[in-house]
Amino acid sequence: MSEREVVLITGARKGIGRHLAEHFVRKGALVEGCSRELPDWELENYTHHQADVRDEGQIKAMFASIRSRHGRLDVAINNAGVASMNHSLLMPMDTVDRILDINFRGTFLVCREAAKLMQARRYGRIINLGSVAAPMRIEGEAVYAASKSAILTFTQILAHELGSFGITCNVVAPTPIETDLIRSVPSDKLQRLTDNLAIKRAGVLEDVAHVVDFFAHPASDYITGQVIYLGGA
Amino acid sequence: MRQEEILDLVLSSLNEALAGNGVSAELVIDEATPLIGRGSVLDSLGLVQLVVEVEQRLQDHRGLSVTVADDRAMSQRNSPFRTVSSLAAYVHMLVEEQCARV
Repeated sequence: MSEREVVLITGARKGIGRHLAEHFVRKGALVEGCSRELPDWELENYTHHQADVRDEGQIKAMFASIRSRHGRLDVAINNAGVASMNHSLLMPMDTVDRILDINFRGTFLVCREAAKLMQARRYGRIINLGSVAAPMRIEGEAVYAASKSAILTFTQILAHELGSFGITCNVVAPTPIETDLIRSVPSDKLQRLTDNLAIKRAGVLEDVAHVVDFFAHPASDYITGQVIYLGGA
Repeated sequence: MRQEEILDLVLSSLNEALAGNGVSAELVIDEATPLIGRGSVLDSLGLVQLVVEVEQRLQDHRGLSVTVADDRAMSQRNSPFRTVSSLAAYVHMLVEEQCARV
């Protein structure tokens, strides 16, 4: 079994996922990441799995690999997600399916498999990505926000189901951050959103990493079922 | 995979789950050991651990991806989780079905 902390990050190819992968490698962890496409970068102590969070077979194979190589998983960060801004009256069902499949169903699948591995050592930290889009009721984000609300409710109940296994489950809910996810959102809309935050600035990747560090810390063993909204949303 | 092999796999998984729950290693378990209800050696979370252990051993040792607690298992009049032998028989059936599909 690996002596070092093992961290899994979904959607690790770019954006928040890539930042967290680099962050945890710098901290000395062995990091496993996944995404549908291969990244155009490499990192020592980082292993990438080409796996789609919607595909049960691919995700189970990834966990079998983690189990056989490390024998443990300390932290699982469900970052993989997609958004599609559109008025509900114009939203195609294919897009609805895709958002719910990746954001919620994918999170559920990875949580389930992560907890199976974590429970053997009676230790684990599951950190799911929410969004301020849910509490801020952002028009055009109804389906995306609903998928994130589903993650929140799921995480809070999962926290109860896994508490006796020594596994904590929490949500970090970022504001819009300069990544591909929000590239198509008009700048005036982003400005209005920022204006409604308690702290009136755009979020940065370090803001997310800071909260993830807090939830992932071994001393955070009495903190579960919680959600932290960045920016005071 | 022969039924006896699966029975051994279930028994060793049960030992693992019991050890994880601090149950004395001196407890004697066999085919008739109840897993649910009166006289059960596991609580509900222990049963979850047992099922996870069985699934992981099938994956690790045989490369079989089997979901033991499927809808069929949950809806049967006689639960496959009654005893070690009923669970082994159910897992054997799932494995046979999966092998037949390949």
